[in-house]
Amino acid sequence: MSDMRDRDLTTYRDVQLSPDFSELRRRFRRFVFPMTALFLVWYFVYVLLADYAHGFMSHKIGGGNITVALLFGLGQFVSTFAITMIYVRWADRRIDPDAEKLRHQIEGAPQ
Amino acid sequence: MTAPLMLPLATDIGNPTVNIVIFALFVLATLAIVFRASRNNKTAADFYAGGRSFTGPQNGIAIAGDYLSAASFLGIAGAIALNGYDGFLYSIGFLVAWLVALLLVAELLRNTGRFTMADVLSFRLKQRPVRMAAAISTLGVCFFYLLAQMAGAGGLVALLLGVSNRAGQSIVIAVVGILMITYVLVGGMKGTTWVQIVKAVLLVIGAGIMTIWVLAKYTFNLSGLLGAAVDKSPAAGEKLLSPGLQYGVTGVTKLDFISLALALVLGTAGLPHVLMRFYTVPDSKEARRSVSWAIWIIGIFYLFTLVLGYGAAAIVGPDRIKAAPGKANSAAPLLAFELGGEVLLGVISAVAFATILAVVAGLTITASTSFAHDIYGQIIKKGQISGDGEVRVARYTAVVIGIVAIIGGIFANGQNIAFLVALAFAVAASANLPTILYSLFWRRFNTRGALWSIYGGLASTIILIIFSPVVSGKVDAKTHKSLSMITDTGIDFHWFPLDNPGIVSIPLAFLLGWLGTITSKEPVDVDRFAEMEVRSLTGAGAEKAVRH
Repeated sequence: MSDMRDRDLTTYRDVQLSPDFSELRRRFRRFVFPMTALFLVWYFVYVLLADYAHGFMSHKIGGGNITVALLFGLGQFVSTFAITMIYVRWADRRIDPDAEKLRHQIEGAPQ
Repeated sequence: MTAPLMLPLATDIGNPTVNIVIFALFVLATLAIVFRASRNNKTAADFYAGGRSFTGPQNGIAIAGDYLSAASFLGIAGAIALNGYDGFLYSIGFLVAWLVALLLVAELLRNTGRFTMADVLSFRLKQRPVRMAAAISTLGVCFFYLLAQMAGAGGLVALLLGVSNRAGQSIVIAVVGILMITYVLVGGMKGTTWVQIVKAVLLVIGAGIMTIWVLAKYTFNLSGLLGAAVDKSPAAGEKLLSPGLQYGVTGVTKLDFISLALALVLGTAGLPHVLMRFYTVPDSKEARRSVSWAIWIIGIFYLFTLVLGYGAAAIVGPDRIKAAPGKANSAAPLLAFELGGEVLLGVISAVAFATILAVVAGLTITASTSFAHDIYGQIIKKGQISGDGEVRVARYTAVVIGIVAIIGGIFANGQNIAFLVALAFAVAASANLPTILYSLFWRRFNTRGALWSIYGGLASTIILIIFSPVVSGKVDAKTHKSLSMITDTGIDFHWFPLDNPGIVSIPLAFLLGWLGTITSKEPVDVDRFAEMEVRSLTGAGAEKAVRH
């Protein structure tokens, strides 16, 4: 670990225990874990409805042939696209700058 | 053998010559690209990871090209045409699964590994046993997936090129295999990536044109299209528009569906050929952009297949689809013929072939990288080998895998493709994903946990499949014909009631990973864990792009 240039952070262990890194890890986990739980719950609610609530899912909306099931299915597409956009925007702003700062400290490149 | 390719035997639609000409054009164009890309294939990072110099959007398109196999194009469109809404459920699982890769796996993996999934899994655990386990499960997933694609190639030929005799189909499978070996040997990851990009663009444009065409026929009124599909399918009727036609019959089939849904959503982020693509970009930010691009392309494509599936039901009709040589798989090609005659059918056929070629090349490079880098370079040679030496082994391995795939494909010709793909997803979700997540996020995780989880997940998936109705003992209630792999209805050794093992094998693998860890006295390597955690989040020390 000779590539650690910063005076205070000489090993990866030091970085891991530093407040800056702890804050970055906390921020990352507080976003991705709840988000993962959210989309998995929404996916399995949908799967269970499709599996066990045929009556509800085959309701037609507004006189046409569009069923509740179809709207729920398309809803999965919408939520997947939305979570993707939200995460990319969030990570670009809230993770990348701090991660880059730490990386430069570790690798010793100019900040 | 008298050139069976040239004899139109079984097609009642289309013109095999047109199909072959369009397909030959694709092969020539991609070969030219592959030879161009090969000029910069110098180091191991070039051969395995395309020099890590693809941009996020390029890699995202290539991921879509790698992921959207012929099974998802022809298979899902056909499933929607015949089973309606239940076919749509597959595409939702295949899409939502990408969020697991986006949020939990892609960037962290890019920052900690070099070439393979095993790099990450063995990072802070005992190198050799964990690497071996990860390499075995990588090869296992690639093998099942490869077999599915090669078997699919044989079936497609019957439909698209009019080659109905087995010898002719075997020749076409061999041609596919030889082309794929050429792509991988000459182009390495760079060439393979460009083939996947070209294929993804063709596939999305082809499906997009057909989608707009179908919608235009119904004045862009989706409800009208659905109504027409129902009218043309008297057997299914209104049930075409809501779930349950395929999976809602009994309590067991409902449970089977949950099991499938679980494997689909957790399998993608454990597919080694998908994971390996994250190493082809320069850093984690580009890995994030690639997944984002892939999600958009894959999602839009699955929306197209929804329209194409119902379009095939409405315009072609279930009776003609079921009577065609490829059954459900022929729904999209038949629709193309109805819409645009033999030229559009030729284009769509060529795209379907290109799809198989690109996916197969991606699987081959993943499997040969895993063998050369993990098993030969790190385990047999203990890392004491030059990059050149490893790449030479990777090239030999690619030839061997190609030959195995050709032989396997010839034998598996006619087998149920969807089952082989589902098996690959189940293995990926059971054997790979738990260990990936544990080693990235659980400090205490150790070697025994990893080995129990990988081997336990792999073994339980395969054992449950062998003793499931997929292999023996499934009989059609009406026709009394066997629906299993073993077509002799007298042989029945199944005791596991479900077709899909995921509902048992995935929780079991997570449990084994936990149990193995807490029963092992191996101390946590705090320094390696610190290095892994810091590198995974900050990108410090990550492998850089190659500059030429």
